[in-house]
Amino acid sequence: MALKHIDEYRDAALSRPLIDKINRISRTPARLMEVCGTHTVSIFRSGIRSMLPDTVSLLSGPGCPVCVTDQKEIDAFIALARLDDVIVTTFGDLMRVPGTLSSLQKEKADGGDIRIVYSTTDAVEIARKNPEKQVVFLGVGFETTAPTIAASISTARRLGLDNYSVYSAHKLVPPALDALMANPQAQIAGFILPGHVSVVIGLDAYRPFFETHRIPCVVAGFEPVDLLQALAMLVEQIEGGAPALANAYGRAVTAEGNPIARKLLDEIFEPADVAWRGIGVIPQSGLKIREAFSDMDAEKIFDIQLPESRDPKGCACGEVLTGTKTPPECPLYKTICTPIDPVGPCMVSTEGTCAAYYKYYDDR
Amino acid sequence: MKFDKILLDHGSGGKISHSLTRDLLLPIFGNPILDDLNDGAIVELNGLRLAFSTDSYTVDPIFFPGGSIGDLAVNGTVNDIAMCGGNPQYLSVGLIIEEGFSLEDLETILRQMAAAAEKAEVTVITGDTKVVPKGAVDKIFINTSGFGIIPDAVRVGSTRAAVGDKIILSGTMADHGATIVTQREGLSFESAVASDSAPLNHMVARMFAAGPQIHVLRDPTRGGVGTALNEIAEKSAVGIRIVEEAMPVKKEVAGICELLGFDPLYLANEGKLLAFVAPSDAERVLEAIRADEFGKDAAIIGEVIDGRPGQVVMLTRIGGQRIVDMLTGEQLPRIC
Repeated sequence: MALKHIDEYRDAALSRPLIDKINRISRTPARLMEVCGTHTVSIFRSGIRSMLPDTVSLLSGPGCPVCVTDQKEIDAFIALARLDDVIVTTFGDLMRVPGTLSSLQKEKADGGDIRIVYSTTDAVEIARKNPEKQVVFLGVGFETTAPTIAASISTARRLGLDNYSVYSAHKLVPPALDALMANPQAQIAGFILPGHVSVVIGLDAYRPFFETHRIPCVVAGFEPVDLLQALAMLVEQIEGGAPALANAYGRAVTAEGNPIARKLLDEIFEPADVAWRGIGVIPQSGLKIREAFSDMDAEKIFDIQLPESRDPKGCACGEVLTGTKTPPECPLYKTICTPIDPVGPCMVSTEGTCAAYYKYYDDR
Repeated sequence: MKFDKILLDHGSGGKISHSLTRDLLLPIFGNPILDDLNDGAIVELNGLRLAFSTDSYTVDPIFFPGGSIGDLAVNGTVNDIAMCGGNPQYLSVGLIIEEGFSLEDLETILRQMAAAAEKAEVTVITGDTKVVPKGAVDKIFINTSGFGIIPDAVRVGSTRAAVGDKIILSGTMADHGATIVTQREGLSFESAVASDSAPLNHMVARMFAAGPQIHVLRDPTRGGVGTALNEIAEKSAVGIRIVEEAMPVKKEVAGICELLGFDPLYLANEGKLLAFVAPSDAERVLEAIRADEFGKDAAIIGEVIDGRPGQVVMLTRIGGQRIVDMLTGEQLPRIC
């Protein structure tokens, strides 16, 4: 199953003119933030950083789902995994994230029934096959994956399952952009907006944010040519003094997004004020399960005891997520915080900014 | 957080596995031969140099496209001996079988082991069988050990990489790892991928016949090519530069990796080798590998560079440069 049309977007002949253009026209020092963790990794993996002029610096934003998950929520996941007769299902990223006292990985080694799934369909299937157990899916992520989790709730309802639930720790991107702009220290001059999130919510979802802040914003795809195209557009907007909300991922992103996914989101979830790690509570920036589906809301069903949650001491994840520090500026980075023994979530997730720096950043 | 329990990551072949070896096993067993941490031990007995290696095999599923736990167990040890420059001759086989395991499956596995041994021209000369209660192991675990004599002129080891060496990969990356992942997850794709499980001892013999200046041999199994290159860079205290464009990967495997968020650099190979060869011999050795039935897609993927000791860098397809780090723990499927 060879995937088509990948090579074109990694083509040196297509990327070279874009790199040349960025180097030619960029004059003004500009801090540009890629909001999405997959962008961060793609930028590092393709070596884009090594080819940009000194005027362009890239900041990695709060778009790594695991990284922005509040410590209390991680602790709640771990507490769920300790309950008898509960099977916890999750995407792989969460396994190693340290909570206040433990991690899912350690709970699994201790005998907790924790299963990594590729899709919520698998989680529902596990619930169907284990009627004597309660199956909880840990709903972490942005608008990208939230529809598939909404679909699992809707499917479980249709199948009449009474042993499937979701702990919803979902986050929304546009409110986070507002929160980032509220922090002048970050000095963000433009945003590379996430690709997959935008496939779901559409370009117009950023319109209110753009009208408020009039800052260059370009939606980008994930291949090197996509990202370079977006960077070239941002630099062009900055040099021309003409900020715009633009789309460099036209083959996937429309103005209105995916209406079916949006409808499903709205049916199952409602926006809520939620806490982001390192940022704090952002109004209407999370998705909680609507009352009509509260029988599948793990947060309401289970009575779990949480330790007094505390964020790891000295960890600069919060500053890193908001663009006010780069990982090498954190005193723990590469000293006591490494992927083997991570202190904060940004070092754990493959999409975490600190892990990406650790893995790919050339500091020589 | 420090570990007080064994995690699956400790078996991943990446950094966390290394820390287990370094912090627990070496302090207890350490000696000059073990401390080398090669694929096998190299010992001198009565003027003969022997390569001795052992490996235990657990794989889920036990049968997969391109092989089974049986041929994996034979090929793996044959290859470990070959990577020490040894000519593998004799193997031992230890079986740990779960109560209730199908006799028919056992016979199939044993026959596949025999076929693999015949192909590699090694003989199984001793063995052991244990049966444990249901649940004490998952179906069947196999240990094989073996040894081979290292010819006089052959001097290979992971500390011997030299500036200027060309790095050859004997074929496409990640075939085995991608196959196991898709089988384990029950993912079916239009065009099947298959494990590359194969014996490499005949290929190695051809290589030494073609060009003696081979400094390092390594089969990039667990942890993949990325981890193996890092180990060599570290142990030889040299820098390594690889070229993304030159790395052979099957289109199907690349597609699976894209979909599941895996990096082929860190997925296991069971029938591939990395060779560090002096530039004067590189082309001849490459031709010798390509002439072997398991080396048709071999390519020079990079070279050993001056500076950056211990580091692996990659020239990316679009002309950028980045670090290639060692695998940390198991690669896990991501959120999005």
